[in-house]
Order: sequence, then structure tokens, then C-alpha cells
Amino acid sequence: MFRIVKRQDMSSRYSTLLRIGSIFAALIFTALIIILLGYNPLQVYAKIVEGSLFSKFRITQTIHKMIPLITLSLGCAVAFKMKFWNIGAEGQFYLGALGATYIALNYGSLPPYILLPIMFVAGFICGALWALIAALLRTAFGASETLVTLMLNYIATNIIMYLQYGPWKDPEARGFAKIARFSPNAWLPTIFGVQSGWIITLILVVLIYFMFAKTRLGYQIQVIGENTQTASYAGMNVNKILIIAVILSGGICGIAGMMQASGVEHSLTYELSAGLGFTAVITAWLARLDPLNIVIVSTLFSVLLQGGTYIQTALQVPSSIAGIIQGVILFFVLASDFFVNYKIIRVKKETPDAAVSFDEGK
Amino acid sequence: MDILNSIGLFLQSTVQMGTILLFATLGGILCERVGHLNLGIEGMMLMGAVIGFFTGYHTGSGWAAFIAAAIAGGFGALIYAVITVTFLGNQIVTGLVLSIFGTGFSSFVGLPLSTVTMPQSAMAPFRAFKVPLLSKIPVLGPALFEQSIYVHIGLILAIFMYIYINKTRFGLNLRAIGENPASADASGININLYKYIHIIVGGMLCGLGGAYLTLVYVPLWQDGITSGMGWIAVTLIIFSSWNPIKAIFSAYLFGALRSIGFKLQNIQIPKIGGGTFILNSQLLNMLPYIMTIVVLVIIALRKKREEQPPAWLSLPYFREDR
Repeated sequence: MFRIVKRQDMSSRYSTLLRIGSIFAALIFTALIIILLGYNPLQVYAKIVEGSLFSKFRITQTIHKMIPLITLSLGCAVAFKMKFWNIGAEGQFYLGALGATYIALNYGSLPPYILLPIMFVAGFICGALWALIAALLRTAFGASETLVTLMLNYIATNIIMYLQYGPWKDPEARGFAKIARFSPNAWLPTIFGVQSGWIITLILVVLIYFMFAKTRLGYQIQVIGENTQTASYAGMNVNKILIIAVILSGGICGIAGMMQASGVEHSLTYELSAGLGFTAVITAWLARLDPLNIVIVSTLFSVLLQGGTYIQTALQVPSSIAGIIQGVILFFVLASDFFVNYKIIRVKKETPDAAVSFDEGK
Repeated sequence: MDILNSIGLFLQSTVQMGTILLFATLGGILCERVGHLNLGIEGMMLMGAVIGFFTGYHTGSGWAAFIAAAIAGGFGALIYAVITVTFLGNQIVTGLVLSIFGTGFSSFVGLPLSTVTMPQSAMAPFRAFKVPLLSKIPVLGPALFEQSIYVHIGLILAIFMYIYINKTRFGLNLRAIGENPASADASGININLYKYIHIIVGGMLCGLGGAYLTLVYVPLWQDGITSGMGWIAVTLIIFSSWNPIKAIFSAYLFGALRSIGFKLQNIQIPKIGGGTFILNSQLLNMLPYIMTIVVLVIIALRKKREEQPPAWLSLPYFREDR
């Protein structure tokens, strides 16, 4: 007989080892799939690394994915800590970009040192307001935030499409449905050849880390995440803290959108996020909502995403293989979570208690 | 007469678009009723769509394609079930990953398929046929009785599922698990078995929804052919408050919205006091999502028992936590 019990002795070293082990297991498993599909797995892996890191241009491309991904994951993590399932990072990203774009298109003649901070604030506010909708509907009516934020994502993309094909369509784009390019005043400057958003992202990582480690708000958010009842017995105003945290979460995602529009695209399109808002939900979760882990996990993901586009040209391997690899690795890591939280123990004898032992799902 | 004709044609395409959504919604309802929120519907639909087309192309048999599509969707759901039921993984994250995986999988398998056409023999079983007499009914006739058998399978499934969930012992157990797995467990129901079966059958339905596109509606393979309909299905599950009969109406309603959206170009509506307001398909595409949020709020406000989400939705159940 086997029984599954909750693990009490969860050491972080053990869980890290388990994570790394599961990634290796996944790589071996995907290698088998790649062989079955008729390609050489070692070559595919090598080209993914090569395609994401082995030239200045490719590193820049990888970093351009890392910056929004880390920022969005941080945004998700703030809400997830509270068990507020904000899967609306994608929508908040677009609204942030929208706010920044509005400023950039209408006040493009302002000098950069005034214009950029205003765009930054606009990005934060718009992202925050978009997330706030879900928070208010949850606190006022008890509507599920998971479903509301998911809907808000699609509303946001459609708003951008509407603007791109309708009112904001650039009349000088010869009939193409495009939003006009920002004036150079509204471009985030580049530092070391990369858009300077990485500085903002690093600052955010440190800030969020300290918020959870040192501040009252960070502590309160975590208590609410553990147990809402405990939090309200302890005299916390749960709804108020929830709303503040969601504003923070959405605002950070909005900043990510502002940085991508202003630093990389110099415009706004409905494909600006390339789905990173959804990826961020996954990376935040895999990083166990820890800001430093988020940096590591997001980096690995960006390598995979960027390298995936390269294998197509390098090996004539369809880039969709990267999606399959990504999926399989994640499935393994998600399943391995189980062994972090639970362990299987052997029960020596059939005891009367066996009737309630865990026998259906082994 | 001409207007009646075009209304009839519009309803016909509404029902076709609605059928894709209906299958996926029914699949999602089955899964959510056992308390599992599966955001992988889009992925499972794509897997079903591509495998259905692949099988139809290679075997020339429509029904083989139909079965293969169901198996493909069920396979996606099996992965989801292993992680979320057995390994108690996070359902939201696992569902999103399943969507990523399904998209990659379908685009890989579909690569050589984007230039081929389906053999006639594979499309034959699903060709629209006129039900004698009934198809002569003006307007509604062509919409409901001049359709592929696929459409009718969807309708029958919905009715069957309603009876299954509400009138049978299995359905009672199913609802008990979604509401409170601990007490269902205590009453001796094999929870994990129930969860596995319903999640997998749900996935099969999603696969069939996707395959309707590649076998009947289009019928070709294009990358990402479902174009986000899996996500609309997630909204439809809520919109129909987890009820298969309501799912029929909501799927057709959203199908209508989508088929209007395709035809709508930029329409300039003059605003009072100058300027114009531009109405285009993007604005219309927003509607389903906005309506769903409104519905979410309404069902939360009305607090009617039978309209609420399953109480245990998206929460893991670990026996010893009781």
C-alpha cells in the first residue's frame, strides 16, 4: 500500500533540485519526440542556444523579450501572492501601451525628459485601472477575477485593433492599417545597445523583492494569500489591501506595455505583446512568485522563445517545435510540483485506516 | 422573399459558426462541472482540428477523421488531467500550457497540410443534406434542416448531456464532486475516476469542435485556424451558466455575432455635433466578452443556486486536507 501525505520538511534546496531534475527529464523526453519527428535533438538544442545568445543582435532580441516578460511576471506575482488570480497581464499590458501611445501621439513635441515620465505614468495608470475593474467586481459582487481578467484581455486586444483599423489609423501609411510611429522624443533611449527599459525592470525587481521582504504592505498581502480569515481577524482591511495590490499588479503590467511600445516598437500594434502576457502567468507561477526566481525563469523562457524562431532558418526545423518543447518542459515542471508539496510513503501493514488511504490516483 | 432568403442564409451560417462553439462549450461544461477550470480549450480544439484533417486526408474517411479528432482532443485533456487531478497541479497554469502546447503541436503537424485539399470521400459524410419537408420551412428550414449531420450531432449531444447531468445518478455524483469533493468522497464516489472520465470526454468534444472547422466549415488546414474561438468557448461556459441547453442558444447567439463581424466593414456613423464614430468588426468582436462580464456579475448578484459556478472550480482536492 502507498499513501500520499503532505510534506512538512520543504527545503528550498530540495525543491530547486527537483525543478532542475524535472527540466532535464523533460529535455530527455522532448529529445525522444524530436528523434521520432526525424531531427537531431542535440542539434536543435544547440541551435536554440546559439540562436538566442551567439551574436549581439540575437542577444538584443532575447533581452527585448526578457524585459516585458520579467516585468509582466512581477505584475502577476504581486496579485498571485494574494491568491488573486489576475490572468489579465496581457490586457493590462495593452492598456498601458495604449495610455502611453495616446500621450506620445498627441504631445510628441514635448522634450523627452518631460514626455517619457508622463508616458510612464500614463502606462501605469491605464494598466492599473484595467486591473481595477476585476478587483472591484470581485470585492463588490464576488465575480470571479480569473474569468473577468481573461475577458478583459480580449476586450483590450480588440480595443487596440479597433483603434488601429479605425480612429487611430495613420492616414500617411498608404492604406495600411497602422498606428503612426512615435516622434523620436517618445522613444526610450538605448543604453548598451538595448532599450533602457531593462533598468526600470531591474529597479522593479528590487522594489518588489523589498516590498515582500520588508514592508507592511508586502506582509499583509502575503497574510491575505495564506488565509483571508486570519487576515481580517488580525484587523486588516482585506478589500482595501486587495485593491491596492491589484492596482500595483496591473500598473506594473501597464509599464511593461509602455516600455515595449516606446522602447522597441516605437508604435502600437495589436500584436505588441506576442502573447507574453499569458506566458508571464506561467513564468510567475513556475518562479514560485519570487522576484529573483522570476528573473531566472523569464531568462530561460526568452532563450527558448528567441531560439525557437532561429531553428527554422538554421535547420529547416519548423519553429513550432519550440512550442512543443516549451509545452512538454512545462508539463514536467508542473507535475514535479507535486513532489515538492507531497510525498509518497509506504504503509507497512493493512490497517483499519486503509479504507481512507489514497488508492485511486497513484 | 429576397430578404427572407438572406435571413435564412445568415441563420444557416450562424448555426454553422455556433456548432464549432457548441462542441467546445459542451466539452468545457463537462470539465468545469467536476470542478476543473480548463483554459486549454483552444489547444485541444487545434489538436482535434489538425488531427481530424490529417486523418481525413490520409485515409479518405470522414468518420475516421471524426474519431481521430476526438481522440486528439481527449489526449490533450488526458495530459491536463494527469497534472491537475493526479499531481494536483495548478489548473489555470496547466490549462494555459496546454493551449501553448496544442498550438505548437497543431502548427507542426499541419505544416505539410496547408497546401493540400481534403479528398471528396472524406467530406461526403458531412455534406449538408435537406431533411424532407422540414427544410421547406421558410427561414428556419435552411438554418436547422439543411445542415451537415455534424450540426445535428452537436444538438443531440447537448440535449443528451443535459439529461445526463440533471437526471441521472452519474450526473448527480458529477455535480457533487464539483460542489464539494470532500463530501462526495465520503459518500463513496470514486472522485478521481469521475474527474478523469469527464475531463477526457470534455477534451474529446473540444477536439470535435475544432475538427468541424477543418472537416466541414472551411474545409482546409490553416495555422491557428480556430482564431481564438477556444477562448470564446470559455466565456460561453459562463454565459450559459454551466447548462448544456443554454449552451445551444448562447453558442448560436455568439455564432451570429461572429458571422456579422466577418461581413462588417468600417461603417461611419455621424456623431451629433460633428465628427464620425466608426463602427467596425473589432468593436463588435468585443461584445461577447463584455456581455460575459455582465453575465458574471448578474449571476453573482442573483445568487440563484443552479446558476452559480461549481463551488470547487479551479481548486485542487487533496483528500487528507479534509
